[in-house]
Amino acid sequence: MNRSNFLLGGIIASFALSAFLLVLVPQMQLGGIQPQFTNDEGKITDIYPIENRGIVAAGRAVYISEGCVYCHSQQVRDLQNGADLERGWGVRRTVARDYIFDSPPLLGSSRIGPDLANVGSAKWRNEPEGENALYKPARRDAAWELLHLYDPRTIVKESNMPSYRYLFERRKISGQRSVDALNVPTDDGFEIVPKSEAKALVGYLLSLDKSHPLKEAKTAAPEVAAK
Amino acid sequence: MTAVATAPTSTIAAASAADTSYPAVERAAVDAAARGPVLFFFGNGLLWLMLATVLGLITSIQLAFPSFLADVPFLSYGRIWPAFTNTLSFGWGSLAGLGVTIWLLARLGRVRIKFPGVLVTGAVFWQVGLTYGIIGILAGKTTGLEGLEIPTGSAILMLLGYLLIVFWALLLFSFRSQSTPFISVWYLVAALLWFPWSFALAHAAHLLPNVTGVMQGLVAAWASQNFLSVWLTAIGLAAAYYLIPKVINRPVHSYNLAVYGFWSFIIFTGLTGAVRLSGGPIPAWLVTLSIAANILLLVQIVTVTANLVLTMRGQYHMVYHSPTIRFTFFGAIAFTVGSSIGLLASLRSVDRIVHFTQFQNAETQLVIYCFFSMVIFGAIYYILPRLVGCEWLSSTMITMHFWGAAYGGGLLVFVLLLSGLASGVALANPGTTIAEIIEASSLYMAGSILGWLLIAAGHLVFGLHFLLMLLRIGQPGGEPTLFSPIGEEEKH
Repeated sequence: MNRSNFLLGGIIASFALSAFLLVLVPQMQLGGIQPQFTNDEGKITDIYPIENRGIVAAGRAVYISEGCVYCHSQQVRDLQNGADLERGWGVRRTVARDYIFDSPPLLGSSRIGPDLANVGSAKWRNEPEGENALYKPARRDAAWELLHLYDPRTIVKESNMPSYRYLFERRKISGQRSVDALNVPTDDGFEIVPKSEAKALVGYLLSLDKSHPLKEAKTAAPEVAAK
Repeated sequence: MTAVATAPTSTIAAASAADTSYPAVERAAVDAAARGPVLFFFGNGLLWLMLATVLGLITSIQLAFPSFLADVPFLSYGRIWPAFTNTLSFGWGSLAGLGVTIWLLARLGRVRIKFPGVLVTGAVFWQVGLTYGIIGILAGKTTGLEGLEIPTGSAILMLLGYLLIVFWALLLFSFRSQSTPFISVWYLVAALLWFPWSFALAHAAHLLPNVTGVMQGLVAAWASQNFLSVWLTAIGLAAAYYLIPKVINRPVHSYNLAVYGFWSFIIFTGLTGAVRLSGGPIPAWLVTLSIAANILLLVQIVTVTANLVLTMRGQYHMVYHSPTIRFTFFGAIAFTVGSSIGLLASLRSVDRIVHFTQFQNAETQLVIYCFFSMVIFGAIYYILPRLVGCEWLSSTMITMHFWGAAYGGGLLVFVLLLSGLASGVALANPGTTIAEIIEASSLYMAGSILGWLLIAAGHLVFGLHFLLMLLRIGQPGGEPTLFSPIGEEEKH
């Protein structure tokens, strides 16, 4: 009887140790993090990060239900842990404060596609497009993102991302062509327009910007074109 | 480490021979009482394995041909992938593993299961929850946390079912007639006690108001690691520690090695979870702690491997004769290889290359398929004849299953490791473009499709063979179905 008590006690203690060190202590350390407020003579001039609202929250829900996280991470590692900064995927490492309003956090564990932590930053958006694009918007703006979502291989011909055609609608042009219509070849009199999910998703993607300076993460990287 | 460690070496022999030392009549009665629930767990687990096989095959095709099924929302890669991992882990892994657990606890404790309906009810709850969960994932309703995708409502149903099962299983433990529990029982009790707390705490964490952001990710990583490295691994090792000595007919080589192996396993494994977020936005001390725990796990890898291999010494030819030994020993070796690769990959210098690549997927498949599933197959080959009263019909079918599973699983893991290394090296070189990274790894994807096709063929044969056994179509009971008869000169 003593032996099995020792066994049970040991097993329970091992679980308690694991939960204490890997859950409870980190929660005490990370649980109370607040946004960073920047003061200028008593006046708050800047708050980072801010909550996900409106189209950003809606797009985030689409990102989750389509499982984008299984191919795209949203975390930038330090120089010593990887080449993320040198690849131009960010200007600093990401830290816990970046994610305080993200429930769940979409950190990702796989990079079948590129990291998206800063895909909405000004630097990414203004990046001129490569040679491969067939119908290329000049910049990585909303039109670029929509086209890429509809058919990734029109923009990056080696891409292994699935086409999310089901987030778009093929419909007859009635009167004027929609301003949202994609610049892709279709039958005469028809156009391809994004559904609300696609628009929300792109709105969310363009909101992703973790380049805001934070006091705990040194902005380290030089400006290089993202690859 | 006093009480368990000081048990005299002789008890191990007594314990491992536990169920041959009691009369065949009593053994038959224990098996008869376990038949219903254990067959239910195995049969249902196998159905989930078939579904997981189809889903796994689809994901491997989609990685090579991204337009495959891309226009059907509920079959797109981003939904099929989590459906696959959850089906494999919570459907096949947990149910088949629990079947083995219940049978082992009954046999080793010489307990006749009373009110088996409780176990079956638990399994029904578990599967209703899981089915809703998988449908939810395919419909786009997921928690968004990797490894914990199943929506909370479904997870609660699963947990309720599990509590029924674990309560009954622990009763088997407490009503055992042996006072010194055998090595396998240590691992089984550890698995049974760890799982519900880890699963419940992980799901609670993302519902509590002040656990936000990175903490949710950390808890999910911790729970996924516990699921793989404590829950499935402990059941797999328990089965290996039972089956190898049993079929070889010789006690486990060393009791002390087993003691060191078990306690280092249970203490250090639970601290390794943070390596999944290595380099990520979590405090650096967490990753350092997990790497240190991984290195300390070397004690377990070495002692368990030595113990199982030394138990086999001089009897390696049994892999040519006994299906149980062939599957189980393959699994035991895969445990050693998988744990060692896991240890290496946790080191910072390696992790910075292989993190975020298929290499990590390969590590998971090594544990869940090449180790755990192969040992469970071995256990089912051993247990099923004792439940249904006839022996497996055809040694050819067992051979086909083995080659499909071993070559398929091996090939899959091999190409994923290579693909991960190739894309990891490309990712680490800031001069390469994303297109070049995709090309670096895409060559291997054809290999993973072939691997899945072989696995699927093996599973089809196994499924058919299992069905025949349920219909009592097999060899007459008594002598186990062997690949080839054991020659006189080989016997000792």
